Amino acid sequence: MTSSVPSPVLTNAASLLEVRAISKRFGPAEVLKSLSLDILPGEFLTLLGESGSGKTTLLRLIAGFEQPTSGEIWMRGKRLDTLPPYRRRVNTVFQQYALFPHLNVRDNVSYGLRVTGAPSAEISSRVEDSLRMVKMTDFASARPAQLSGGQQQRVALARALINRPQLLLLDEPLSALDANLRKQMQSELKSLQREVGITFLFVTHDQDEAMALSDRIALLRNGSLEQVAAPREIYSRPATAYAAQFIGQTNLLRGELRSNSFFCGSLRWTVFPSLALPDGPALFSLRPESIRLATEPVPDGAVLFRASILQRIYAGPSELLEISAGSQLLRVRTAPSDPATLAAATEHNFFFLPQDAIPVRES
Amino acid sequence: MYSRLYKSLVSIPPLAWVAVFLLLPYALMLAHSFWAVRQGLLVHDWNLSNYRTLLTHPVYLQVFFRTLRIAASVTLFSILLAYPLAYYLSFHAGPRKELLYQLVIVPLWVSYLVRGYAWKTILGTDGVLNGFLHYLHLTSEPAGFLLYSPFAVVLMLTHIYTPFVFLPIYAALEHIPRPLLEASHDLGAGPRSTFWRVILPLSLPGLLAGSTFAFLLTLGDFLAPLLVGGPSGLMIANIVQSLFGAAYDWPLGAAISMSILLLILAILFLTERLEKRWSHTGASR
Repeated sequence: MTSSVPSPVLTNAASLLEVRAISKRFGPAEVLKSLSLDILPGEFLTLLGESGSGKTTLLRLIAGFEQPTSGEIWMRGKRLDTLPPYRRRVNTVFQQYALFPHLNVRDNVSYGLRVTGAPSAEISSRVEDSLRMVKMTDFASARPAQLSGGQQQRVALARALINRPQLLLLDEPLSALDANLRKQMQSELKSLQREVGITFLFVTHDQDEAMALSDRIALLRNGSLEQVAAPREIYSRPATAYAAQFIGQTNLLRGELRSNSFFCGSLRWTVFPSLALPDGPALFSLRPESIRLATEPVPDGAVLFRASILQRIYAGPSELLEISAGSQLLRVRTAPSDPATLAAATEHNFFFLPQDAIPVRES
Repeated sequence: MYSRLYKSLVSIPPLAWVAVFLLLPYALMLAHSFWAVRQGLLVHDWNLSNYRTLLTHPVYLQVFFRTLRIAASVTLFSILLAYPLAYYLSFHAGPRKELLYQLVIVPLWVSYLVRGYAWKTILGTDGVLNGFLHYLHLTSEPAGFLLYSPFAVVLMLTHIYTPFVFLPIYAALEHIPRPLLEASHDLGAGPRSTFWRVILPLSLPGLLAGSTFAFLLTLGDFLAPLLVGGPSGLMIANIVQSLFGAAYDWPLGAAISMSILLLILAILFLTERLEKRWSHTGASR
């Protein structure tokens, strides 16, 4: 339970797709740096990262639209990266949907079956099923230009799923939708994935979306994987300072570790010996909600400190406080409280539990 | 925002221009086509005999159908040259794209007449092509059929109108969103299947626009037949020219002109409808 590198359960035999030491250069820019990743059958894996992190490039390499500079991609024991895109059992939902403008919804959806020469009876029954699955039966004869963004999104999904791919790639498919529709499509996407049982590789830059949808998140940064873990694990046990900051908010406490005691300004606590951390400079991540107001007797072993309130930001169900404990600035998430009690410039007692402070690698 | 007076004032010059320089001449032409020439004098005697002559006299029909054949050939050969070129430039030329594009466009800056005379020098009995064939010992005496034939007209006009066909096709190909091609490959279609199912249908409006250019411009051409056509390469515009000139039969010339005009308008009407049906860039249809 200590680190969050890909867990040893994921052996090669069990994985659907293996990305082996893939590098990709565009001229002088190295977009992917010897990246390796295993995708398990049936999982919803999200590639999460800022723009320029290489997530879309990785997706395009798997789809076959780009060739890797070095490295290999294998799918179920077969080399994938040497095949052209039209010979891969991988389908893609494009960012702007890329629906064929000259074909109606039915012909867009049936495209994948028609090009492979499936019998027409099978085509029509499978198209009907697909359209029903994405609730677009009534629009079968409409052209893409006559559909809303959300409807185009559904058609793109049905079109990509009609060939029953082993792996579905989704390139920021929800980024073009407005916020409400986006939330709705997220839950539909999730239930659709359970229904069809196809492995989804989903690309997004939105950490909330990644948290809401994924079985696992692969966090990319500058062409390398920062951490691959389940959403809960990546949030509660971030491996690096970057992961801790990118997924949710956090306080990074930089200090000195001496024989299992951590010193950070006026704060100090005893670190679990089982972590076996070496002495020297260390970095801990402490989530804002782990710090609480000490209004009643605090639990045993809690780190108690006095801090003054600099600012408070009201956010509906919760409230974010910016406090300063000596020289250390901290952010605290609390339940909203009476404006008078936590007025700016007043001093209060706060506490957190040492086990909530997670050691993270510098990054 | 703008007053009605202002709006009507600014619309007067273009309307006047169209009326004086387009509608009036056409109206005069239409009127002429119903008149007649007797003893070298134009008489305002309204009748349909010009149109009757046109439809019954074998020479006019023969030249008219030859003109259609030449126009169709020029269109076909221009497409056969321009489409692959536009396809290559748009999808496979890479960094050479700009240079090649300019090379296709440059001939448009050269005068039509210069290019016509160039073909004359190339195709003539003591021309470049015959000299070359003789040098290779492929022919013992100069081939006369090269110049002064419908073949020469088709060759010259194909050369001249290929860039006109190329441009709209190239523009249509450039406007095809590249993710559509990726989507097609992604769904299992190879390059050939993608061409027939995605690229060709989406380039049809450009293909149609280019074909219309070549066909209609050839239909009204009279210089190419004069330069390289000879008697067997005469086209309908040459007949019109001679009727208005040496033959001094303006009414018959006007009747032929009006017929061609009608044909051209019909073609434009049809192609516009087809283009609307085939274009999918608009928000809705």
